[in-house]
Amino acid sequence: MLDINDIGKVFDPITASVEKGQLSRFAKAIGQNNLIYIDNAAARNSGYDDLPVPPTFLFCLKMDVPDPFENYEKLGVCLQKLLHANQSFEYFNAAVAGDVLTFNSVVEDIYAKKGGALEFLIEKTKVVNQRDEHIADLVTTLVIRS
Amino acid sequence: MVNFDDIYVGDFLPVLSTEKISRTTLVLYASASGDYNPIHIDIDFAKNTGMDDVFAHGMLSMAYLGRLLTNWVDQRSIKKVDVRFTAITPLFAQIICTGEVQKKQVVGDQKIIEVLVEAKDSNSGEIKISGIATINLTENRSN
Repeated sequence: MLDINDIGKVFDPITASVEKGQLSRFAKAIGQNNLIYIDNAAARNSGYDDLPVPPTFLFCLKMDVPDPFENYEKLGVCLQKLLHANQSFEYFNAAVAGDVLTFNSVVEDIYAKKGGALEFLIEKTKVVNQRDEHIADLVTTLVIRS
Repeated sequence: MVNFDDIYVGDFLPVLSTEKISRTTLVLYASASGDYNPIHIDIDFAKNTGMDDVFAHGMLSMAYLGRLLTNWVDQRSIKKVDVRFTAITPLFAQIICTGEVQKKQVVGDQKIIEVLVEAKDSNSGEIKISGIATINLTENRSN
């Protein structure tokens, strides 16, 4: 059971370095063949300082901690009943390999539907880089089946 | 290069077809994404939750949608991607990503288009992910 008193709860910030090796592994895992994402020279020719972080990889960097589900479990979420329902990314600035990104997350909302059979947890995350430039906002909606 | 003036509502993006999702795909994605939720990589865990087998990360198919978009426009033009995961993607599915321009508007001096993006099962046509990508084409960038 989730507790609506946890609405507004701020999670500990997560800081993640964007490493080239990670980006290469991600490119391979998703079948990426666009050179901008796998070749330094192509990235630079396109005006990036280094390999760019592809659109959804910010979500992965946020999970780059020893136990990425710990925050949810502390709120009473059972992993076996957890589904990812919605995801949004709003972008403000590009992130590239070598950047150090900080993820500040807050519990935006908690509510139930179908008489409590489905619980919803909405987490909003602001991502900034080492120069405190706003990179993106992520909103994750999780559904927990009872 | 994608040019605002050459785009019309109803235009389709070049379709992206992906390889069939294998167990290897899921292990590679788990490792690359840091998402080791066992429901995607451990058949015993999956069976204990009442599933027949592991299933794909929703974010893997969303990453495919990211490829659909960045194959079409420069990533720096993408302002927002907002999706709903509507169905589980089983092992061995093949995902087809499509995009259709739904809106084209000038807001102030900004040239904005909205694209309906969908990830579908290539066999059944079932929609796995559906959402909207907002793209700002004010600056002409080569891709």
